[in-house]
Amino acid sequence: MSAPLLQLTEVTKSFGGIHALSAVTSGVPEGKIVGIIGPNGAGKTTLFNVITGAYRADSGAVRLNGAALNGLPSHRIAREGIARTFQNIRLFPSMTVWEHLLVVQPHGEAWWRRLLPVGWGDPAAQVRAEEVMEFFGLTDLRDRPAKSLPYGLQRRVEMARALTARPKLLLLDEPVAGMNHDEAEEVRQLMLKLRATGLTILLIEHDMNFVMRLCDYLYVLDFGVLIAEGTPSEVRTNSRVLDAYLGKDE
Amino acid sequence: MLWQQLVNGLTLGAIYTLLALSFSIVMGILGILNLAIAELFMIGGYFGFTLIAANFPLPVAVLGGMAGAAIAAMLIEKIGYQPLRGAPVVTPMLSTLGFSIILQNVATNFWGSDPLQLPDEYLGRQYTVGPVNIGQMQLIVVGATIVLVTLVAYTVQRTTIGRALRAVAENREVSRLLGVSADRLTLFAFALSGALAGVAGVLIALHYGAITPYLGVEIGLKAVAVMVIGGTTNIWGALLAGPLIGVVEVLTVAYGGSQVRDFVVYGFMILILLLRPQGLLGGARSDQGQRV
Repeated sequence: MSAPLLQLTEVTKSFGGIHALSAVTSGVPEGKIVGIIGPNGAGKTTLFNVITGAYRADSGAVRLNGAALNGLPSHRIAREGIARTFQNIRLFPSMTVWEHLLVVQPHGEAWWRRLLPVGWGDPAAQVRAEEVMEFFGLTDLRDRPAKSLPYGLQRRVEMARALTARPKLLLLDEPVAGMNHDEAEEVRQLMLKLRATGLTILLIEHDMNFVMRLCDYLYVLDFGVLIAEGTPSEVRTNSRVLDAYLGKDE
Repeated sequence: MLWQQLVNGLTLGAIYTLLALSFSIVMGILGILNLAIAELFMIGGYFGFTLIAANFPLPVAVLGGMAGAAIAAMLIEKIGYQPLRGAPVVTPMLSTLGFSIILQNVATNFWGSDPLQLPDEYLGRQYTVGPVNIGQMQLIVVGATIVLVTLVAYTVQRTTIGRALRAVAENREVSRLLGVSADRLTLFAFALSGALAGVAGVLIALHYGAITPYLGVEIGLKAVAVMVIGGTTNIWGALLAGPLIGVVEVLTVAYGGSQVRDFVVYGFMILILLLRPQGLLGGARSDQGQRV
């Protein structure tokens, strides 16, 4: 296997005396769907926050394509090619579906072009927004306020928004939480299609059925420590993983 | 008489509208009251006044007041706001209070504490329409306000930078994760807000034909009341509240005496805070997303 797209080396993060992440080392190969599982409070979302620059790791390195991301501000990391969604959906309350897809703009644009109407900006941004909107089946909902949509569709708007910037790596925090089986299956199909386009996905999810059927590779976190990794079938039978889950309320 | 008061009230209201927009732009994005805006308004007025006194044409004076106040606002952001961003909101607010007092002090030392008068020929012509006298300067004040409000609305609602500004106002963290440079937009918001305050300062100097270093305290801070009355969660509330307060104030002075003027304006603000805290145009608390 070639060098992974995202490489975490000995990433450690503590809050006060609590070790949210202890020397986590993991890699996400390009073009794969990788899952992070683990009981509640295992440090999964903290890991996302460290990768995206919302938190700064106490020690360790985060590299994308070999380039260090540690210490870069969030917006720079986003421009390097990492986008994410949130466990609790975070949309812009006043914006329509379409407006959400145009918040991300080409970064190299001349400053004066930013003073032009949105529609007069880089046509590539519009084309991309149309493309993403269609991919997620949101075209008919284009001018609806995103917040007024049903929950499952709000999740789709969030994913669509994350993809408008053409990230190399998409981080999904519980993408099917609160969805019924059919909705989750639709999301799974969309993820597989995205993988086919070459996108790399790292996701956190509690729905084991979904994770096992979608992911190429899994990491298992427990109390901030990586306790296991492997293909879904390897992880399923790993005794440490079973202990971590059965020892808890799950 | 009443019509004349309405015209005068609307002129004053136009200036309140610009200033309340200036307060709202920073309030909407950062959730802080930039108290120095009242003094940026005064400083902008002095910049414009100085240019007029040096015989520059009026548009140059307006642009000069605008640019001067915008640059001062950006300095305030860099020195007095950005380093304190992680602190509780009251901390940067106190720092802007410090700046406002410094600005007033600078103006007093530089231009003196006595009012400066515009040359007489600058007061312009008066037009008589039926029972009403309208000064040329009043027309300029109202006209400039309409143009500027349109420009701000266009920038915020239609342009790329405006959309990014709204995104940052609604969720700073998410915007950053989408690649929006929230820090630069904050600086832009301060500059835009300062530019509006500066223009308002030049316009009030034209309207009154005079300027004093106490303009900020006497008029500038009233725009905070205008913003609250219009609704802090909706910057367009200023379009309604500005003219309303302008007219109410002028009518109060005409029929009740100038000693109760501020009592009425600030009393109205307190009443709104008690009875309708979201302001006249503010939405319900649940959808206060659109702040810019």
